[in-house]
Amino acid sequence: MQKVIETLLIGLTTGSIYALMSLAIVLVWRSTRVINFAQAGQAMFATYIGFEISSRSGVFWLGLLFAVVGGALLGAGVDYFFMRVLFKHANTGPAAVVAPVIATLGLLGLIRSVVGLTWGGEFRTIEAPASTDGYTIGSTTIPFSPLNALVIITVSLILIALAILFQRTNLGLALRASAYAPEIAKLAGIRTARTRTIGWAIAGGVGGVAGMLVSSNNFLSPYSLDLLLVFGFIAAVVGGLESMVGAVVGALVLGIGLTFILNYVGTSLVFIGGFTVLILVLLIKPDGIMAKGKGRRA
Amino acid sequence: MSGLIVNRLNVSHGAIHALHDISFSVDPGQLAAVIGSNGAGKTTLLRTLSGLKDASSGIAQWDQREMLGVKPEDLVRRGISHVSEGKSVVPELTVKENLVLGGIWRSNKAETQESIDQVVELFPRLGERMSQSADTLSGGERQMLAIGRALVSRPKLLLLDEPSLGLAPLVIEQIFETINTFRTRMGLTVVLVEQNAMSALEIADIGVIINLGRVVAQGKASELINDPALRAAYLGY
Repeated sequence: MQKVIETLLIGLTTGSIYALMSLAIVLVWRSTRVINFAQAGQAMFATYIGFEISSRSGVFWLGLLFAVVGGALLGAGVDYFFMRVLFKHANTGPAAVVAPVIATLGLLGLIRSVVGLTWGGEFRTIEAPASTDGYTIGSTTIPFSPLNALVIITVSLILIALAILFQRTNLGLALRASAYAPEIAKLAGIRTARTRTIGWAIAGGVGGVAGMLVSSNNFLSPYSLDLLLVFGFIAAVVGGLESMVGAVVGALVLGIGLTFILNYVGTSLVFIGGFTVLILVLLIKPDGIMAKGKGRRA
Repeated sequence: MSGLIVNRLNVSHGAIHALHDISFSVDPGQLAAVIGSNGAGKTTLLRTLSGLKDASSGIAQWDQREMLGVKPEDLVRRGISHVSEGKSVVPELTVKENLVLGGIWRSNKAETQESIDQVVELFPRLGERMSQSADTLSGGERQMLAIGRALVSRPKLLLLDEPSLGLAPLVIEQIFETINTFRTRMGLTVVLVEQNAMSALEIADIGVIINLGRVVAQGKASELINDPALRAAYLGY
């Protein structure tokens, strides 16, 4: 029983980091209809900024703040200087569907190279903002540590802030309306192009947090966030790609599920587990686990 | 002269020439009915006027300022609201949120609330459903919400695309009565695109009949209704 609870808690930690990445993917997908593979690169770049600041100042949270701001600026920049230009030229036929996705893959490579040239390819470590030793209950020490708790609290606060932003503010209403019905949003006077850039910025900032949290007490390299992208993407698909709540639920389900496989079956099956979840969801409920049985909206 | 002036407007969908030299004008405070069958180009005309579609040539002015080439979000700020085809509400949002949307570009939130109160007075059924999501509404209620959202923007020129589409006759009657009051009570200029020729011309000041992308007749609505040749050829009754 104790092992089950431990596994649940660790899974919740992993899942909450996945949740940030999957939210970033969903935010961009909803507003732009692009699966942004460069998200891993943007988050990685932001994490390097955070690493630089936190290792120089010795304050993790200052690094996190810079990672958020850096990630947001980079996200906005990618939309403004990259996607906008792309959509102007590739706006009809199959090119309009394929070109942006391929372009984000290219961008991922570009960001990787820039980071590699700037910081080198070796592994870096971001010092964790809390102890990584597990809590001791009675005489037994469990794997769940203050750092894990801090990750869950940080992600929860970010999710609450995002929920307030999207549900309670005019900017949030504009973001949702532009995502669901861009034409009606324009007719209502919303500057949808600007709104979209703001959506990319939020996704970029959230991705920066995910990168910092996953890299604290862990390795950071130009490739270290690729796994996070893969699992974030799976979580987003499990959640239906359209819904922000779905992205979070999908990520928690995936995080907990994979941790159970890790603890009870073995490391070698974690990947297979992740992709099995993806395939099963696509086969059985392609609109995601949150879908209410309605058809997919175009 | 102010009001809406459209002069030799041409619009293409790729290689298809959708509108040929469309010219008509609507005086301030008038209601113009644009009549024509499916595919005549009525929707294209409205989409061009609201900035959703680019024109290939011609002039369209509102209040002595050019409308063509201006983005829809800027035209809203100049008092032009478009209720697009097919009950243009955002189904994922609540009724209240759909209405707030109409005033979201304004910095004055009190003004938006005031406009929402007026819309609720006009359509009390919306008031009872403020926190429901818009996709739970009936077709008639959705149309009311779409028009309500446009009214919250406080337009001077209202472009309505087939508000009667898919509605029951009794609901259509209500909607047309309400549209009629926009002009008589609020002083709005209205361009009403309709297939439902008879009902539209009955409340309109002027009528513009479009067929295959060209204006085939225009004039006082009362005269168009009584022209037997037009009735037989285009109005279908």
